[in-house]
Amino acid sequence: MTGYVQSLDLACGALLVTAVVIVWRRRLSAIIRTFALQGTALAAIAAILAAHGHDPRLGAVAAGVLVLRAVALPWLLRRALGSGPDAGGRETRPLINVTASLLAVAALTMLAYAVSRPLTALDPSPAADAIPVGIAVTLSGFFVLVTRRRAVSQLAGFLLMDNGITATGFLTTADTGLLVELGVSLDVLLAVVVLRVLAGRMRDVFGDTDLDDLRELRD
Amino acid sequence: MVTLLMAAPVLVPVCVAICYLLAGWRPLTAWLAPVSAALTLASALALAAVLPGSRAALDGLIRADRLTEFMLIVIGSVGLLATAATPAWLRGEIAAGRATTRTAARHSVLVQLFLAAMAAAVLAASLGVTWVAIEATTVATAFLVGQRRTRAAVEAAWKYVVICSAGIALALLGLLLLNAAAAHAGAGTGLDWARLAAAATRLNPAVTRIAVALLIVGFGTKAGLAPLHAWLPDAHGQAPAPVSALMSGVLLSVAFCAILRVTAIADLVLGTGFTRALLAVLGLGSLLVAASLLIRQRDYKRMLAYSSIEHMGVMALGAAAGGPLALAAVLLHMLGHGLAKGSLFVSAGRMLQATGTSRIDGVRGLASRLPLLAACTGAGVLALAGFPPFSLFASEIGIIRAGFATGLGGVTAAALILMIVITAALLAHTSRMLLGTDAAAGPAAGGGNGSSAGGAGASDVTAGLAPVVIALAACAVLGLYAGPLAGLLHSAAHTLTRTP
Repeated sequence: MTGYVQSLDLACGALLVTAVVIVWRRRLSAIIRTFALQGTALAAIAAILAAHGHDPRLGAVAAGVLVLRAVALPWLLRRALGSGPDAGGRETRPLINVTASLLAVAALTMLAYAVSRPLTALDPSPAADAIPVGIAVTLSGFFVLVTRRRAVSQLAGFLLMDNGITATGFLTTADTGLLVELGVSLDVLLAVVVLRVLAGRMRDVFGDTDLDDLRELRD
Repeated sequence: MVTLLMAAPVLVPVCVAICYLLAGWRPLTAWLAPVSAALTLASALALAAVLPGSRAALDGLIRADRLTEFMLIVIGSVGLLATAATPAWLRGEIAAGRATTRTAARHSVLVQLFLAAMAAAVLAASLGVTWVAIEATTVATAFLVGQRRTRAAVEAAWKYVVICSAGIALALLGLLLLNAAAAHAGAGTGLDWARLAAAATRLNPAVTRIAVALLIVGFGTKAGLAPLHAWLPDAHGQAPAPVSALMSGVLLSVAFCAILRVTAIADLVLGTGFTRALLAVLGLGSLLVAASLLIRQRDYKRMLAYSSIEHMGVMALGAAAGGPLALAAVLLHMLGHGLAKGSLFVSAGRMLQATGTSRIDGVRGLASRLPLLAACTGAGVLALAGFPPFSLFASEIGIIRAGFATGLGGVTAAALILMIVITAALLAHTSRMLLGTDAAAGPAAGGGNGSSAGGAGASDVTAGLAPVVIALAACAVLGLYAGPLAGLLHSAAHTLTRTP
């Protein structure tokens, strides 16, 4: 039992730390590497819960998460970074500097603990106690999404948000049904593919993926 | 047989999409798309006629109740309008060199998948499948928005996918929390709409409150409601005209239908106060955004997009008022807005082809040059502004009366003032485009090239407008006499309020 709780807390801690690292680092290639690590931590959460609950189906989901989040999506992101003029680029000029961003993430984590009190109280268990971590990662992802200017960084923010939501889904330990899980994964994958293609097109027509150049449409 | 009728709105468009994938876009296959939409409409009408109550099929995967049937009628009728106008529009684009038959084939495949995803979203028996289908509409339409591959189109597509995916991700979080609450209640309901509603009293209120707020804001993104509406004017402005018609006329309503169902469950758990406050804030915010940005609008497609935000805001206020009468008015408003806005976007697409500009000040004296197009646009704008005999008049009156009757008097009065401002702005912009003399704009339209393209398009422009005339006529007839649809509207509203 203690081994289960410790390993679950370790995996959730890894999830939160990688989220902070993604907010902290500016080099896009480092962000993508951290993102792969986070995918592994997410798969570990699912695997630990599967082992604890003797749930082979959740074990299969964990394997799927590992393939999708730790291998396929980072690979897609790296391809998006690919051969353009900003290959190996840095993020660059975020709207909010790194120190302020880290403080914001700390504040968001506290906020996550505050708002998810009803959730942890709903069904007290080691997994439910970790739900605020999932919410904190989701909020950090939303924060990255709105404060970064590179297309690839925004994409990373979107995926961070999605990792947080998936972790929350695992930690509530309520089965959503295989069809919904498959559909959600497929939609996320397709959305990322679509965004990757659009980022490529943006590079073709704008010469860069700096979203500051997106000034054609406004009122 | 009923199972087949229920599955048809999803299966037929998927089959037609495969046909386009294999056969490409030809004069013959061009008419497959309207046939597919007509079949959707026919199966919706048949379901409404033969099916008295709610019925599940395909192992409980899909369910058709009265609300589903009504939403399928909306999808089918606006889909028929948009796809019937597509062949003429695509021919115009190909003639102008802005598209090839390959672009046309890809356009048709994606539009069919888009229609199938929307039908799946309203047919789904569970909230989870509805979420998957609504996110699938984002994926299907992303490349339709960016079809022209110009700077503006790619930018609009990027914003559209990022904002909608982030918003709908919030809804996913809400969905997971609601699922946790349902699992804790121990009713074994999963995310099935009907079973969630039946077990609603056992859901944990504190968790449900967080979940419902996330779901309403998340689906509200896709419905174009205020805080996360920023994608809408860009996407509607840049998408090809028939796609704008579908997005504005149906997609927003399909997302709003999910909000209505979430609200129905939330009201059983939390009482009506919570969703009423939330929806009233979102609705009033949308009206405020629309009014402030419509006054100085310079682009007529964006003008129509902001008008969509306004109408979604009005529907949100109707949903905030709640009750069978207000909800019936909201549903009628969905259909009327879909027909009127769909007609206007199709007309705007033809106007863009005829004049070569989407700027309001680039179009002058349309009434003297292209009288039929001008008449359609004028009638459509009058319908949007809520003038009788169009059905939007009846539904707006219904929503406003319900608002005053349920103690939302202050909010409704503010909304009424904003609606008057919006109407004035719409009429001012439109009259400048339709009336006046052509002489001033003629030379400014871009010399020989522009005017010859306009001249060549003139006869073609008129040819593609038959669906628009029929849709506007239907919208006017609905305002005077709803016929058997009135019964469907009221029983659909009753399925939401659970008072059969």
